[in-house]
Amino acid sequence: MTKTKQQKLKDFIINNGVIIVMFILVIYTGLTSSNFFTTGNLMNILMNMSSRLVIALGIAGCVITGGCDLSAGRMIGFGACIAGTLLQRMDYSGKFFPDMEPMNVFLVALIVMLICSVFGAITGFFIAYLSVPPFISTLAMMEIVYGINMIYTNATPLGGYVKEYTNVAGGKFLGINYLIWIALIVAAITWFIFNMTRHGKYMYAIGGNAQAAEVAGVPVKKNLILVYMKAAAMYGLAGFMLGAKAGGVSVQTGYGYEMEAIAACTIGGVSVTGGRGKVSSAFIGVAVFELLKVALQYLGVDANAQFIAIGVVIYVAISLDIRKYVAKK
Amino acid sequence: MAEYKLELKGICKSFPGVRALDNVQLSLRPGTVHALMGENGAGKSTLMKCLFGIYKMDAGEIYLDGEKIEVNNPDEAMKHGIAMVHQELQPVPARSVGENLFLGRFPIKKFGPLKLIDHKTMYAETERWLKEVKMDFDPKAQLGSLSIGQMQSVEIAKAVSQQAKVVIFDEPTSSLSDNEVEALFRIMNDLREKGVTMVYISHKMDEIKRIADDITVMRDGTYVGTWPAAEMTTDQIITKMVGRELTNVYPPKESTPGEVIMEVKNLSSIHSKSFQNVSFTLRKGEILGFGGLVGAQRTELMEGIFGIRNVASGEIYMNGKKLKIKHPIDAMNAGIGLITEDRRGNGIFGCLSIKDNVGISVYNKFLKAGFVLNHKDINKIVDDNIKKLSIKTPSMKEHIANLSGGNQQKVIVSRWLANDPDVLIMDEPTRGIDVGAKHEIYEIMNDLAKQGKAIIMISSEMAELLGMADRVCVMCNGKLTGEIDKPEDMTQAKVMSYATQF
Repeated sequence: MTKTKQQKLKDFIINNGVIIVMFILVIYTGLTSSNFFTTGNLMNILMNMSSRLVIALGIAGCVITGGCDLSAGRMIGFGACIAGTLLQRMDYSGKFFPDMEPMNVFLVALIVMLICSVFGAITGFFIAYLSVPPFISTLAMMEIVYGINMIYTNATPLGGYVKEYTNVAGGKFLGINYLIWIALIVAAITWFIFNMTRHGKYMYAIGGNAQAAEVAGVPVKKNLILVYMKAAAMYGLAGFMLGAKAGGVSVQTGYGYEMEAIAACTIGGVSVTGGRGKVSSAFIGVAVFELLKVALQYLGVDANAQFIAIGVVIYVAISLDIRKYVAKK
Repeated sequence: MAEYKLELKGICKSFPGVRALDNVQLSLRPGTVHALMGENGAGKSTLMKCLFGIYKMDAGEIYLDGEKIEVNNPDEAMKHGIAMVHQELQPVPARSVGENLFLGRFPIKKFGPLKLIDHKTMYAETERWLKEVKMDFDPKAQLGSLSIGQMQSVEIAKAVSQQAKVVIFDEPTSSLSDNEVEALFRIMNDLREKGVTMVYISHKMDEIKRIADDITVMRDGTYVGTWPAAEMTTDQIITKMVGRELTNVYPPKESTPGEVIMEVKNLSSIHSKSFQNVSFTLRKGEILGFGGLVGAQRTELMEGIFGIRNVASGEIYMNGKKLKIKHPIDAMNAGIGLITEDRRGNGIFGCLSIKDNVGISVYNKFLKAGFVLNHKDINKIVDDNIKKLSIKTPSMKEHIANLSGGNQQKVIVSRWLANDPDVLIMDEPTRGIDVGAKHEIYEIMNDLAKQGKAIIMISSEMAELLGMADRVCVMCNGKLTGEIDKPEDMTQAKVMSYATQF
């Protein structure tokens, strides 16, 4: 059955509805407000997007295997706080470890990712070996990580970072902030993992049909642990990035980001039922979210009403997206 | 009163790639048990699902008491007094018997402006209906705590309580014990006396002879004929069901079994009701058939060998070397492959492409620098298989869910061909696929045997079992009850006698 031009156009609009609407909104905002289409604003949007993208890519992995990750937000806060305590200036009055020299920035990023990935591995262990549903396992880890972070920091806000750390956000290479470069590199690595490695293929298989994956000789349990470990490392990195940009963090940093990231993934086309989703899906989802927020700000929409707009976009986007997969009886 | 209680005329139904029903008819005399017979895949269940409104038929008419009716969903069917006891029961196991019985039509009492569920009436009524089918268990018991036979009587009580005039039984006895079958027949006889008309789908000849008044036979989605049950012998029924010369269907085999490659010794499941003390040997170039009735634990045995199910004791030897299999990976490393029975449940990845469906178990073998997938080589092997097995698809990127059942099965076969096992276990390899694809699967099997591979084939289709296998093992209730290795002994009667030992 060949489709007519009209049908093809209709399919195109349904399949890309949200992106088209976003595009129109952005153009409209750009034409009505004078300083929307400026390099500075664009950079700012990209900077905001960069840590969100890293989070979304981590969560995308979990969602592709048919899971989710509620611990992301608290894990980000934990990562941000660890980085903060290790990278304060010696002359900062409220220094957390007053006698400790600030560490190397790269080393701190690695330490943060490593610590978070240990917690991710525990989440994954409960999911894979003890069959705790991902929703519950990550919920439990969310509470645990928050508690540990409170105890670790005594709930005091952190600030007074060394220049090397804030430079991660402010510094530029080829005119583009390091923060954006980090996000791009993470996206490239994630793309490579999803498409060019066994682990990536196994993730899709587990999400598509876990039983069939087991029968086909996929080490389902090990791969599940790896997915949650990898995701947690990415949340840690995102926390590190947020700290660099903000210049100060608290235990509340990252709170609620997991929901936004899950929403972004699904808007971009990562299927919540598992087995479907790409790096570009996470990117599109994050872009839609950030652009929507900024455009609404520029248009002078009430800050509280923006939440309603975001909710509506989620409804519309997912309803349209799910149409592609719901089998017609 | 009309001559027939219910008549189906000219029913047609197609699924992608398969014509499941082609101009089928069925006429039920009032107050009779009508057996609907045919091989697996003949379209019996499909026909009943069309009648019950689960499937939408492409063409055809339904007459109830001589009047034309429309059935678009199960709810409408029930309003017309048609009820179905499903092959796979579809209850809510976590809720009580009463709640299951009245699901969707709970008795209501008014509490001021509120409508509340009248639990007292519900349980009293449940008790009454259970008595009606002579089953007296607690209406408040959790349904999941009952045996399958008891759950089935709940379904029947449900049908009776809905004043059903026509009740469809879709293979009700496939998982029942003898006592439970007796109880079912007693209920059916009661219902018949009350004037209820029943359709009874079963493969078991002795049951048909005992309970049925009329027999309708279907074959490959077409109507063969209707006869009074008393006038047909078992052999006549089988001839009508099979309806073709067996020799034409199965391609000739050009290999002879060689040396022993695999040996299974006293393998027992951790569950006492599953496979126990099973021993057999398998030779190179041999197709070893496993026969038996549904529930004989053949699938469980194979899954035990492949490391999906837990084994309590017993040994598996491959080329004389003892294997330790804890996970499918161990079995695959030892050179064993398994094509599972439940293609949709644990075979295909519906949302993935053909390429990924083939590649999933061989990605290990196609790596550059130890971890980067070699897409070029993978594409080549997938492409070769698509050509070799003539899988009908526009490209290897097509989602497997868009293929017909036969082509999906060929993709799964490709997965294991790519993996190149020495022993390939095929569990019901041709279930639910059309005749053409079946023949192609048979040719692949013969081809593998010719290459010296050993194949274990579980089949519930007697003709297929006897037509393809060099040797047949028969199981019954978890035990290996017989082995037939002489060609002259390979008869349906012999297999059946082993399959019904307990």
